[in-house]
Amino acid sequence: MDLLRFITAGSVDDGKSTLIGRLLYDSKSILADQLAALEKQSKNKEDGEIDLALLTDGLRAEREQGITIDVAYKYFSTPRRKFIIADAPGHIQYTRNMVTGASNASLIIILVDARNGVVEQTRRHSIIASLLNIPHVVVAINKMDLVDYSQDRYNNIVIDYAEIARTLGLKDVTYLPISALKGDNIVEKSTSIPWYEGPALLELLETVQLEKDIDLERGRLGVQYVIRPQSNDLDLHDYRGYAGKIASGIYRKGDKITVLPAGLTSRIKTIEVGGKEVDEAFAPQSVVVQLEDDIDISRGDLLVNGDHLPQVEQEFEVLLCWMDTKTLAAGNKYLVQLGSRTVRGLVKEIEYKVDVNTLERQPAPAQVGLNDIVKATIRTATPLPFDRYTDLSVGGGVILIDETSYVTVGACMVQ
Amino acid sequence: MSKEHNYQLDYLDQLESEAIHILREVAGQFERPALLFSGGKDSITLVHLALKAFRPGKFPFPLVHIDTGHNFPEALDFRDALADSIGEKLIVRKVEDTIQKRQLTEPGGKFASRNALQTFTLLDTIEEFGFDACIGGARRDEEKARAKERIFSVRDEFGGWDPKRQRPELWNIYNGRIRKGENVRAFPISNWTELDIWNYIRREKIDLPSIYFSHDREVIDFEGQWVAVSPFIRLDATDVVETRRVRYRTVGDMTCTAAVESSASGIDDIIREITATRTSERGETRIDDKVSEAAMEDRKKNGYF
Repeated sequence: MDLLRFITAGSVDDGKSTLIGRLLYDSKSILADQLAALEKQSKNKEDGEIDLALLTDGLRAEREQGITIDVAYKYFSTPRRKFIIADAPGHIQYTRNMVTGASNASLIIILVDARNGVVEQTRRHSIIASLLNIPHVVVAINKMDLVDYSQDRYNNIVIDYAEIARTLGLKDVTYLPISALKGDNIVEKSTSIPWYEGPALLELLETVQLEKDIDLERGRLGVQYVIRPQSNDLDLHDYRGYAGKIASGIYRKGDKITVLPAGLTSRIKTIEVGGKEVDEAFAPQSVVVQLEDDIDISRGDLLVNGDHLPQVEQEFEVLLCWMDTKTLAAGNKYLVQLGSRTVRGLVKEIEYKVDVNTLERQPAPAQVGLNDIVKATIRTATPLPFDRYTDLSVGGGVILIDETSYVTVGACMVQ
Repeated sequence: MSKEHNYQLDYLDQLESEAIHILREVAGQFERPALLFSGGKDSITLVHLALKAFRPGKFPFPLVHIDTGHNFPEALDFRDALADSIGEKLIVRKVEDTIQKRQLTEPGGKFASRNALQTFTLLDTIEEFGFDACIGGARRDEEKARAKERIFSVRDEFGGWDPKRQRPELWNIYNGRIRKGENVRAFPISNWTELDIWNYIRREKIDLPSIYFSHDREVIDFEGQWVAVSPFIRLDATDVVETRRVRYRTVGDMTCTAAVESSASGIDDIIREITATRTSERGETRIDDKVSEAAMEDRKKNGYF
């Protein structure tokens, strides 16, 4: 059984929470007492239906205002797969929350209201999906019951969206007609939509091919912690293990490793997974590696396997999503964190702003505000090994941290 | 050598790897972390994960138990035996001592729970040892407010959680930088469900305190829940004490944890029962969550785990 992390994009009006509620409810992941609590709270019970949206809004303020403010994580599983849903708000003022939820997702469900078709919000969510490099996109055309399950209506929306997908270069896009409220094509195939021949949403989620999402060619292993037992036990006396999680690639005993940013090389002496020695390990396993040579390696260093080395630079271009209420201006200094490596850096130049609704480039603002996405150049105090985010996302996602409040203020995709 | 291999990780391996990564981030980023250990299945799982994360080295943190004085004796015995067998340091601080020192008022009533008071002891302990990060076994599937909490959750100097000012947490990058007085609660098994924990315990053959398995116990029926008879609850004339075959699905205080009727004596039976059950873990066994819709959110804002 494997694991799929996905994000749902859309606002309450699109039926996003209803969709998630429906998935959990129809796959029997909501338990009796949770349902009872839900029934008690359901304010707008139309023909006795419970308000499934209440299931996902966890904070008091959210329930009071009837909106989703923050990302919530929901869990369910079927005999085939375990699922983790990042339930993110869809309004433009919560772009940062959506970026956050999207950063770990392998799939995004973009909800389109069949009555309205492709709208500004659809475009924005698709742009975020492409910026964050989410491998699989599912366009769920919802509220089909309100357009009499019209195949023409559905086909027109598919044609419209295909144009967006083409412009953004989205590769794996699947479409399906649903009604989250009525349960059409969510868990069971709908009898109201006989012209649709594809699978229901749940089956789609269960069968999306995930094997190729992880790169096994380029080895990237960031050192998080050095294990030195300092024991009198002779076997352990010289033990020096580099602990970290393999972000991509396969690591085998005897492989030649390049340590970055220093550029030194050595070979793998041992690999351990969970305290047991193994011949090989692969992403996303957490491992401990010992090397043949005694070289100076510490937290934040990158053990690279294979011929495809990352770049090691002090200056690089990024697409940056600003996440703080304090504004960003060129020249500001921040801590720059990539994986377990943190260096000091500054935002040297802001080239342009991306209109998240149209992808058009706009002149760079003097002050970059909350939820703005800009193209910028970052300069760091010491060299940083990185990959281009579109090439190898695990090696190209960077956060900016405010040097005084220590709050995470920006998310960068290295270009 | 080049035999067919599909480099695919089982979901439990993925969850395990994520948890180990988080534990090592805590070790790498903080000066004085601690692992909060209760003797329950979630924190026992955390200890097992820490062994995988740090052996053959020592844990870079002590185990810390906030003892309410209302714990199940079986859980306390288990705690001491486990700490002893793995050779790691265990720090115990008692709510009883905090009550004396700070002249706190003991709650009254039939089930006088010290659940709220343990926050005082926890904050005192954090201050006493200067802990900058506390690792805990909370899971997002337990409760709606927990579903919204970050893996690295920054708390103010009163331990308070501000759900509106949470740091964005992207990819697998954890920002553990804090200002003086603040500390972090880190939750490595955030993405595990109750069933994931049980499946993992079965797979890894992890030992648990005996109260998780069915046994005969004197209980009273309180609004449909079985509560163990102990010196810490008030028996009223109307209570009928009876012996039932029960097990615990969660292990908290004897005053606020209810037992479920069960004959499940082995882990396979338990997993079968949990898969079939129609009531959530906290709903079935926690007397303290029923107070209000936002009970957990409010406790967290006040420094609770």
